[in-house]
Amino acid sequence: MSSITGVSVGDGLSDPSDGPDPGAGASTGTTGDRVFGGLAMGAGLLVVVVVALVGIFLLAQAIPAIGKDQINFLTSREWNAAGQRFGIAQLLWTTVVSSVVALLLAVPFSVGIALFLTHYAPAWLSRIGAVLIDLLAAVPSIVYGIWGIYVVAPKFTHVQNFLQDWLGWIPLFKAVPGVTGGATILMVSVVLAVMILPIITALSREVFAQTPVTHKEGALALGATRWEMIRTAVLPFGRPGVISASMLGLGRALGETVAVLFILTALPGGQRFTASLMNGGATFASQIAGDAPENQNNADAMGALIAAGLVLFILTFIVNAIARVIVERRREFSE
Amino acid sequence: MSTTNQGSSAAPAPAVDEALPDLDTGRSGGRALRNNAATVLVWLAFLIALIPLVWILWIVVSKGWHSVASMTWWQKDQSGALPPGFDTNIRGARHAIVGTVEIGLITSLIAIPIAVMTAIYLVEYGRSGGRTNARIARVVSFMVDILSGIPSIVAALFVFAVWVTTLQQQLVPICVALALTMLMIPVVTRSTEEMLKLVPNELREASYALGVPKWKTVVRVVLPTAISGIITGALLGLARVLGETAPWLFLTTYFQYLTYNPAASAGIASLPTLIYNQSGNISSPISADRVWGGALTLILLVLAINLLGRLIGRLTRVKR
Repeated sequence: MSSITGVSVGDGLSDPSDGPDPGAGASTGTTGDRVFGGLAMGAGLLVVVVVALVGIFLLAQAIPAIGKDQINFLTSREWNAAGQRFGIAQLLWTTVVSSVVALLLAVPFSVGIALFLTHYAPAWLSRIGAVLIDLLAAVPSIVYGIWGIYVVAPKFTHVQNFLQDWLGWIPLFKAVPGVTGGATILMVSVVLAVMILPIITALSREVFAQTPVTHKEGALALGATRWEMIRTAVLPFGRPGVISASMLGLGRALGETVAVLFILTALPGGQRFTASLMNGGATFASQIAGDAPENQNNADAMGALIAAGLVLFILTFIVNAIARVIVERRREFSE
Repeated sequence: MSTTNQGSSAAPAPAVDEALPDLDTGRSGGRALRNNAATVLVWLAFLIALIPLVWILWIVVSKGWHSVASMTWWQKDQSGALPPGFDTNIRGARHAIVGTVEIGLITSLIAIPIAVMTAIYLVEYGRSGGRTNARIARVVSFMVDILSGIPSIVAALFVFAVWVTTLQQQLVPICVALALTMLMIPVVTRSTEEMLKLVPNELREASYALGVPKWKTVVRVVLPTAISGIITGALLGLARVLGETAPWLFLTTYFQYLTYNPAASAGIASLPTLIYNQSGNISSPISADRVWGGALTLILLVLAINLLGRLIGRLTRVKR
C-alpha cells in the first residue's frame, strides 16, 4: 500500500498507475451483507416458524382435549365446552353451508362488477366505482354485524317468510320451528356475501384488466359483439384468477367471527338436524368467540375451543392452499 | 356537401347487408339481444352492490353523527356510567379511541419491520441469491399466503395457547397486538413485495457497478425508491387490522376507563369492544347512541388511515 512512502490514500488517487489500487483496503461490505442478509432471511423464517407454531400449538393442546371428550368429536352435534361434551358436526355444517351460500351469492355479482369496471363503465365511473367497492372493504366486520342484526334482519324476515311459504317444500327453505326473525343461516350468508364481495371483485378486476389486447381485438375483428368478446377472450383468460379469488373469499367467510356472532341465533341443545338455511346455529369462529370470555379460567373448556380452532385452521389452510396452487399454475401457464 | 358526406359514411353497412344476405354481420336479433342483456346485467350487478354500501353508511352516519359531533365524545371516557336504563349521559369514547390507536401503533412497530425484511428477502435474495435462497423463498412465500388466510379468531386462540396455557401469564392488552401482528404481517409483506419488484433493476446494477455492497444498495437505493409504496401498504394493512374485533374479545377485557398502559391486567378499551359491550342494551337509547357513535368513529378512523395511505401513494408515486 501507499503507506510505505508516507503519502495518504487520497494522494494516491491522482495517479492510479503507481502502486496498487488505493481502494483495495476499503470494506467490500461482506460483514454488512452477511448481517443484513441474515436479518432478511431471519424475518422470512420467522413467518414460517409462526405458521408452523400455530399448527403445533393448536394440535398439541387439542389432542388432550379431544381425549377428555365424553362424546365423539367428529360426528356428534352437541357442543358444551365447559361440560366436556363437544362434537363439531353442527359447527362444521353451519360454517361450510353459510360460507358456500355466501360464495354462490357473491361470485356472480363480483364477476359482473369486475366486468363493469374493466369493460363497460366510462373511465370516470370506473375510477369512482373501484373506490366505492374498496370503501365496502374498509367497513369493519363488527359494523356489518350490528347493521345485519339491528337493521337488515327485521326487514329480511319478510323475505324469509316468503321463501318459507312458497319454497318451503325444498328442504333448504323449510321453516324451522323456534327460529324466528331474521337471525338465520341464510341471513348470515347474505351479510357474508356483502363482506367478501370487495375482495373477489378487486382480484377479478385485476385479472380481467390483464387480458391480452390481442385476444380482445382478435375476437372483435371476427365480428364478435362486446359480450361475445368477453365470453370468448376475457372470461377464459380470467377464470383461474376468479377461482382463486373466490377461494380467498371463501377462506375469509369461513373465519368471519363477529358478524356471525351478532346475527346467528344460538340453538338450544339437542335439536334435531335439519338441512334448512332457515335454521340458527353457530360457526366455528362464532362459537369460539362466544364461549371464550366465560371459560378463560377453565383449561378443559379452552382445550375444547382450541380443538374447534384447529379444525377451522385446517379448513382455511386447505382452501387457501387450493387458491395458491391455482395461482401458481396460472403463472406457469402464462409465462 | 355535409349531408352527402353523412349519407356516404352511413351507407356502406346496409349495402353490405343487402349484397351478402347470407353473411352474419353481427346484427342478428339473438346476438344483439344477448349482448344487450349482458350489458344490462353487468350494470345491474354494479348498482345492486351499491345498495348495501349506501345503506350501511347511511345508517351509521344518521344514527351515529350526533354522538360523534359532541366534544364530550372525544374528551371523556365511560367513567361514572350507570347500569343501562339508569344512565342519561352518553359520555365519551376517548378511552376506546386511545386503546385502539395505541394497540394499533404497537402492532405496526412489531409487524412493519418483520414484514419489510421478509419482503426484502423474497425480492432481493429469493430472486437472485442462488438456489438455496430461491427454495427457501418459495417456502416463505407460501407461508405468507397461509398466514394471510388465518382467521383472526385462530390467531387469537394461538396467542392464548402460547401466552396463557403454555407460559402461564396473565392476559394483557399487548396480547391483542401480538395477534393483530400475525394478521398485519402478510398484508404488508405482499404490498412491499410488489413495490420492491417495481424498482427498476438498472438502479441496483448501477449501484453494484459503483462497488456498493448489496445491503447498502438495498438500504440506500432500493428502499428509498419504493418507500412511498411501502408506507401506503403499511397504512392499508393497519387500517385492515384496526377493524378486527375477535382478538379484542378474546384476549383482553373491556375497560371503561381511560388508560395508556398496554400491560394493564385490567384490560384496555377499544372501539370494537365498546360497540360489542354496549350492543347488549341497544334497546336503551343511550346505549344505541354509544353503539352507532362507536361504529361511526371506527369507520372514520379506518377510512382516515386508508385515505392517508392512498394520498401518500399518489403524491409520491415511483415515476418510471
